[in-house]
Amino acid sequence: MIACPECGSKLTIADDVVQNEIVECESCGVELEVTNLTPLQVELAPEEQEDWGE
Amino acid sequence: MKRYRVAIAGGSGYAGGELLRLLLRHPGVQLVAISSRSQAGRSVYKIHPNLRGATELKFSRPEELEPVELLFTALPHGRVMRQIEFFMSRAERIVDLSADFRLKDPRDYPSYYGYEHRRPELLKEFVYGLPELHREEIKGAHLVAVPGCTAAAAITPLKPLTEQFGVKLVVVDAKVGSSAAGAAASPAGHHPERAGVVRSFKPTGHRHLAEMKQELDPHDRISLNFSPHAVEMVRGILSTSHVFLEDDYDERTIWQCYLEAYGQEPFVRLVKERTGLYRYPEPKLLLGTNFCDIGFERDARTGRLVVISALDNLTKGAAGQAVQCMNLMLGLDERLGLNEWGFHPV
Repeated sequence: MIACPECGSKLTIADDVVQNEIVECESCGVELEVTNLTPLQVELAPEEQEDWGE
Repeated sequence: MKRYRVAIAGGSGYAGGELLRLLLRHPGVQLVAISSRSQAGRSVYKIHPNLRGATELKFSRPEELEPVELLFTALPHGRVMRQIEFFMSRAERIVDLSADFRLKDPRDYPSYYGYEHRRPELLKEFVYGLPELHREEIKGAHLVAVPGCTAAAAITPLKPLTEQFGVKLVVVDAKVGSSAAGAAASPAGHHPERAGVVRSFKPTGHRHLAEMKQELDPHDRISLNFSPHAVEMVRGILSTSHVFLEDDYDERTIWQCYLEAYGQEPFVRLVKERTGLYRYPEPKLLLGTNFCDIGFERDARTGRLVVISALDNLTKGAAGQAVQCMNLMLGLDERLGLNEWGFHPV
């Protein structure tokens, strides 16, 4: 069981998850990329930048 | 399913209309009467045209109200406290949408509302109708006072923080739609004046600050400030609170604070996305819904915590909140009649 790097909640990840798959934290909804399978590791998925004409 | 007999006193305003919209489809109640002195005898859809075909009810005179199991009072501020004996003689339970019984300290009424309270002994009998804070009290209550709309939009996101952390300073900056000013015409609401404005209408001393103080800072330890602005919306409130904590916390700690407080709440959603168009709460997605959406971001440079919340001032900010309270008071499922999702796009 690993923790969400965004909110700290425990993550539930399917056994058949694959490398680089994007999963979501059930608590905060953040998108996470599976960066390693053994041991299981996730990182925040690449962020889309926003600039609405500032 | 038993259907409780309910009525609305003062149903010609916007909050009254929203109550009608929600109650006419509510499976647990039968709306038997809606009164309005100014509109007595007219079909309700003449005033609330979105409800054409939804009901054959006509406005009645207030004194014609028959006894009911629960009465909503949606009258202008200052009226309910004058007629409270009459209303209590007509209903076992009252949910008041006005400001008359929100505040516990009668001294706050002359300070914030400009009048002495007529029935100060009843103030403590009313439960402040914010289910996220007072659910168990509301369940056993016969008298409930629904919070002000901007107060609800500020108190809901701030309460978990004031409960869990030391808070030094809060500045609440709210953007408010025009319907929050009510259905009565005023020069400030005249279209040429109101359209397009970003109007700071009460930079200090707004009435709803009294509720915020009462619910968030009863011991007067926090510098709590509130500045609302009228903006180009008909419905909705976006509240941005700048929170300065005594100690610095990382975002995970704030997440856990909110998840613990509101993770199981039916009408509070935590909205903080790293991607997409709507990364933080947005009032236009909440039109007609009973949600209060909450998001936040910690300013890594200064430690300031920016807390963003949004709701529909007529639903979660008034009528929806009232129906949620009613459900609790009557022992019904809290969500009954409030299962509305917003529109997108809108």
